[in-house]
Amino acid sequence: MNAETPKVTFGFWLYLMSDCVLFAGLFATFAVLRGATFGAAGVGDFLDIPFVLTETMLLLTSSLTIGLSLLFARANNRLLTLAFLAATLALGFSFLGMEVSEFGKLIYENNGPNASAALSSFFTLVGTHGLHVLFGTVWMLVVMAHVAVRGLNESTNRKLTCLALFWHFLDLIWIFIFTIVYLFAAL
Amino acid sequence: MTLRSYIIGYILCVLLTVAAPALLWLHVYNHHRFPTHLELGIAFAIFALIQLAVQLIFFLHVGEKDNRSNLPSLFLALIVVCILVGGTLWIMQNLSANMQMDDSINQTYIGGTITPQAEND
Repeated sequence: MNAETPKVTFGFWLYLMSDCVLFAGLFATFAVLRGATFGAAGVGDFLDIPFVLTETMLLLTSSLTIGLSLLFARANNRLLTLAFLAATLALGFSFLGMEVSEFGKLIYENNGPNASAALSSFFTLVGTHGLHVLFGTVWMLVVMAHVAVRGLNESTNRKLTCLALFWHFLDLIWIFIFTIVYLFAAL
Repeated sequence: MTLRSYIIGYILCVLLTVAAPALLWLHVYNHHRFPTHLELGIAFAIFALIQLAVQLIFFLHVGEKDNRSNLPSLFLALIVVCILVGGTLWIMQNLSANMQMDDSINQTYIGGTITPQAEND
């Protein structure tokens, strides 16, 4: 292993930890404002548990597939690395599609981010996570191109390790969105 | 980092994720008497925290031999998150309790967020 790799992954880890603090701010905002619906609909009123459970499962499974892709990269199996990255990408896009359709439906029903402070904080928190996922999918396409063209070497391995960390981290954030935003709204 | 650890982590995560809606279903099935809202809230929080630990260990490989240097920054981040979220809730709750004007104001803060549809969830 190249001496660079642990330094790069540690630096990336520090970025993830600061991202964690960013999300903490958004979670705190949401927790304070979740009841501030100004008499209109809140998250609890349009709650669809099977829908968000499906989203959660998509993201959870994509977390497994990217882990497997990393394992195959370490085992120097280029084809399976790319195959599992493609599976992760497909799951990531399905997740994003579901989220966009949820947002679209809410905005169409006049429950957009401008409806109340509660919905503003909801859209900011969930949307920021969605943007992270979108960025992750773009990054994944770039890494796939690297692996396809240059094969598996120290450099592509390092990129893949950081990407996998990022993706697992997003899954972890989603678990808290699932619990705090959606499940707690059912209470 | 092995295939086995990923599979175990995945299965645990799926179980923990499905457990929460299952309890919610039980709650509706038992005509909202068991488990109570408070018990559900505590259970959801515990499931999420266990899943945090499971994912950190099995997916993010925290604490593995070549990853030890990640631990201090992780603990720092967790402490900052706790202070930020806990402190915000504490201050805002205090503020809303001490500056009540009427019931509609009370509704806007965390004290009174039980949604009207809670009975038909």
